[in-house]
Amino acid sequence: MREVAIIGVGMTKFGELWDQGIRDIYAEAALKAMENAGVEKIDSMYVGAMSGGLYAYQEHLSSVMADYIGQKGVPSARVESACASGGTAIRAAFMEVASGMSDIVLAGGVEKMWDVEDGTFVLATASDQEYEAYNGVTFPGLYAMMARAYMDKYNLTREELAAIPIKNHKHAVNNPNAQYPFELDLKGVLGSSMVADPLTLMDCSPITDGAAAVILCPLDLAHKFTKHPVKIKGIGAATGPIALHNHVDMTKLDAVRIAGERAYKMAKLKPLDISFVEVHDCFSIAEIIVLEELGFFKYGKAGKAIANGEATYGGKIVVNPSGGLKAKGHPVGATGVAQVIECYEQLTGKAGKRQVKNANYGMAQNMGGSGGSCVVHILEAV
Amino acid sequence: MAISPRYTREIPHRYRLEAQKFECGAVSLATRYVCPDSDCKKSKKITLKGTGKILTYTIIHIAADAFAKETPYAVAVIETDEGARLTAQVVDCNFDDLKIGARVELVFRKITEEGASGIINYGYKAVLV
Ligand SMILES: [Zn+2]
Repeated sequence: MREVAIIGVGMTKFGELWDQGIRDIYAEAALKAMENAGVEKIDSMYVGAMSGGLYAYQEHLSSVMADYIGQKGVPSARVESACASGGTAIRAAFMEVASGMSDIVLAGGVEKMWDVEDGTFVLATASDQEYEAYNGVTFPGLYAMMARAYMDKYNLTREELAAIPIKNHKHAVNNPNAQYPFELDLKGVLGSSMVADPLTLMDCSPITDGAAAVILCPLDLAHKFTKHPVKIKGIGAATGPIALHNHVDMTKLDAVRIAGERAYKMAKLKPLDISFVEVHDCFSIAEIIVLEELGFFKYGKAGKAIANGEATYGGKIVVNPSGGLKAKGHPVGATGVAQVIECYEQLTGKAGKRQVKNANYGMAQNMGGSGGSCVVHILEAV
Repeated sequence: MAISPRYTREIPHRYRLEAQKFECGAVSLATRYVCPDSDCKKSKKITLKGTGKILTYTIIHIAADAFAKETPYAVAVIETDEGARLTAQVVDCNFDDLKIGARVELVFRKITEEGASGIINYGYKAVLV
């Protein structure tokens, strides 16, 4: 297997992009990534998107996007793993480069979420449609049930849970691409409207339009394109039960643990080696459980640790320097790619005011559904 | 989303709580070829008594359009006495009486109406006992 590096990145602003359709935002991110890498032609491409069909009434995104970025003729495939579609696209591109089948491969993620009326329904299709969504449970509802179980088991308070969005909003202030780059306080979290008890609107990642793209090539060729390639040192992917009710323990996410173990093993690294991590904080409780499953905190300890400042600058590990899904925005198919771009920028020293000092290894953890799938990347500047 | 016709095949479990008990002891309300807990494949049909307990729950305030008129409503993860896990609404209750470990019973109820003709979808909901 060949070693693989990222040689260019590009993304749109995250937010309400009313003047652009799904193809426009994918093309903007992809063309920026190609320009950033200095490549005019690619050998192959992937489109990570959760639901072009339900959000934009457009399937066959493989062809649409190749056509609209001036790459007609290249092989292209859309990959889908709900909110982990972006990470899955990078993994697919990685495998294609590592195998020797292609040299220059584009992996982009996209979601255009503001054009649809019943977005709650669309997101719930990432749960178990027949056994969960049919009975009226929503996506926030599933995470709310995890939160309730966790708070009951570990005595986490509602105020401690609020520390996650407060911290992530603080980080987003320094991210020019973030959807909501403003600070949030405890009153703002607890006083926002109830979505699924105990989660309020400010525990939930927003509805976002956005796209993000990276260019991968063999590590051996990477320095021909850029002085600062970032090596993909480890990848782990795993699946878990589609339905929350089939998780043996409602306070755990097995797929995250397994994906993390695989990524650590491939990278030959441990949690202590990681300088910062972008995690899938689709809901406040998710960040807590994920940090425990990835080995950064013991079970039952992450919530209180975050509330004590252990997950920000000057703490044990910086978690979500970008602002996370909550404050940077969560265009579902784009999120996994955007997380890897944040790692790229941190590792190459281009993260500006949100730069993590002495960042050697970055991790990106991207998750689908209520833990039905997960992709973890470990990256290193070379 | 007019998708009611496909639900006819769900009638055995939704109307009659017919489940599968696998060789290893695992019980699944969802129809499966392979057991959710192990790799065993042999199962026999059992009918759930419909009694069980709440493992966790939430009150939904923002719902998909099909359920919007019913908000706020409670949803719980329930483990039946036979060990089957499922997700269902908890109805006819005071939200303050909901708690982890509370005993429930599954009852036959209307779930949604779909499409222009308002086809009624039925299924199970839970009540506190
Ligand atoms: Zn079994």
